Amino acid sequence: MRVALLGATRGIGRALARLLAEQGDALFLLGRGVEDLQRSARDLEVRAGRGRVGFSACDLERPESFAPALADAERALGGLDLVVVTAGLFASQATLEADSELARRLLTVDFSHTVLFCEEARRRLMARGGGTLCVLSSVAGERGRKPVVLYGAAKAGLTRYLEGLDHRFHDAGLRVVCVKPGFVKTSMTDGLPPPPFAGEPEGVARRVLMAIDRGWPVVYAPPAWALVMWIIRGLPRWVMRRVGF
Amino acid sequence: MADVPARGEANLKTAPATLWGWGRVARTATERRSEDLVRLTEDAPLSRGLGRSYGDSSLPPPSEPWAASTLLADRILAFDEETGRLRAEAGLSLADLLRVLRPRGFFPPVVPGTQWVTLGGMVAADVHGKNHHVDGCFGAHLTGLRLRVADGRILDCGPERERDLFRATVGGMGLTGHILEVEFLARRTGSPWVLAESERIRDIDAFIEGLKAAGRDWPFTMGWIDCLSGGRRLGRGILMRGRWATREEAPASTPVARRPPEVPFVLPGFALNPWTVRAFNALYYNAPRSWRGIAHPVSFFHPLDAIGEWNRLYGPRGFTQYQCVLPESAGPGAARRFLETLTRRGGASMLCVIKDCGDEGLGLLSFPKRGISIACDIPIRDDTQALVDALNERVIADGGRVYLAKDAFTRPEHFRAMEPRLPEFQRLRRLWDPEGRIRSAQSVRLFGDRT
Repeated sequence: MRVALLGATRGIGRALARLLAEQGDALFLLGRGVEDLQRSARDLEVRAGRGRVGFSACDLERPESFAPALADAERALGGLDLVVVTAGLFASQATLEADSELARRLLTVDFSHTVLFCEEARRRLMARGGGTLCVLSSVAGERGRKPVVLYGAAKAGLTRYLEGLDHRFHDAGLRVVCVKPGFVKTSMTDGLPPPPFAGEPEGVARRVLMAIDRGWPVVYAPPAWALVMWIIRGLPRWVMRRVGF
Repeated sequence: MADVPARGEANLKTAPATLWGWGRVARTATERRSEDLVRLTEDAPLSRGLGRSYGDSSLPPPSEPWAASTLLADRILAFDEETGRLRAEAGLSLADLLRVLRPRGFFPPVVPGTQWVTLGGMVAADVHGKNHHVDGCFGAHLTGLRLRVADGRILDCGPERERDLFRATVGGMGLTGHILEVEFLARRTGSPWVLAESERIRDIDAFIEGLKAAGRDWPFTMGWIDCLSGGRRLGRGILMRGRWATREEAPASTPVARRPPEVPFVLPGFALNPWTVRAFNALYYNAPRSWRGIAHPVSFFHPLDAIGEWNRLYGPRGFTQYQCVLPESAGPGAARRFLETLTRRGGASMLCVIKDCGDEGLGLLSFPKRGISIACDIPIRDDTQALVDALNERVIADGGRVYLAKDAFTRPEHFRAMEPRLPEFQRLRRLWDPEGRIRSAQSVRLFGDRT
């Protein structure tokens, strides 16, 4: 497969890129810091032991960077079969309530700009007859919850967008994979006390890879979160008002 | 793209957690994770990797609620297949590194008894392996390190650059600065398999002779001793030696990594008692008198990984490991005197490892020196402090010293008596860290750092 990844220098994206590299896929990295991209590209080259891994600057805060970056990826790989988006912003609810500028940035990046990036990727995949778009949403978008009111709202919007995309373009050859990670021990959740069923990036990446291979439209990772969220979705409002999660 | 949360955003007070040493020595503190070690270590009191040091070396000092975890910083930055030179971020685990090196016909120059250590930890403890008598410690094979020192500067050091900082950092238990990147020379192996031999040895004197003899012809040697048998059988055990198999000797297959069984929960404190340990030792000793064959590299080099989470065997109170080196200058009787002290007090547990050490390394606090190293697990009991004190007095009398990566009980005055190099280490440390910001629970206990 020819794969472009946005956000693969860190966390789940990094783990997924390593799995893809080890199974022999051709990779192209998109992200903010060129030095960071270079280090990750080198890591993937050594681990896979075949061929160069290219990269190009792309920032979810700058939508004008999307088209040129994806064009670089297409050129370097000679086409695209899979686009993975693991980039995003996260901050605690208390921080976002205290900092409306950060809240604006987070809502813009995690919803509007991620959707715009997906639109650009979707157009390019469709122009070549289809492909897979794999995007990290979150279990935070499953239910309005106290600790993730704002972040969860952005992810809820993203989840709905990905669902609609799947309905609209599935028959035309687009495979959409919406990943809903639960708590994963990455730098994003650093400093938060890990709940039961907290996952490690590598395990989550394996699950995501399985979803990509099998074309699952929605995947929870670690899998236990499917059950956890099924219960949370069923809780009545008076319970949600009382509990802390 | 997730930002490292601003310092103080994630309220550490609301996230009480426990950090453990491998011996299940614990304290309430958290570790913070980030791929970006440079930012993460800005005001960190200490960095830690996989937490496989047995005592309190990887735990922050009492007044600090956190330590920086290097585990997400695990990228390989360069690998030259001509020379074997490999550079990586400090959080890369040895297990992960082996997955990359082995298929290419390379192996690290020195590996410890477990794969579950990070490169940063291997430098900080200046680990040694079965080949110490010929190849020295890991530090001898380093070509460069990148550190963040206490004043915030990022410095490169190595055998030919900032040599004082380099010597203090190798074996310096992470106290000279935060290790960010490690560069070393990996080696080519004939095949990925090991040709190994084992032989039953009747007592400690024969053991030391056997180790020295094996060391002349074999790059890898070590032994296992039954610490419960005294008298005529004092120090009986199994001697192991090995070398890389040649292509002709080795099977055509590549060694497959197997997932070992795990100890599923913390066993009750009475599970390991003199009877169960005696039974285990008898079984082990009565394995075939001698054996020769092809061994899996993981089972040969990393016997500690045969059972996952094995520290749970020792029950809720945990254990400590006592490892000392007895110098050749103390004469061949030193090991016997040490074992007599140990068996008289009956404190030892099943795994007791004996190793032939070569010359002292370049690290200022590096553990090994020419002589014999003995390591044994000691389940924590009410009298553990007294036992460690007695062993330390024995070791001091013979001019030996203990391994900081294992220690949780040594008294500062005992450590000073063992370690004439300590004042020089402390002097160099103060050059880069005049305020004494970087410190650990261990450095507070042993070196008199402020809490």
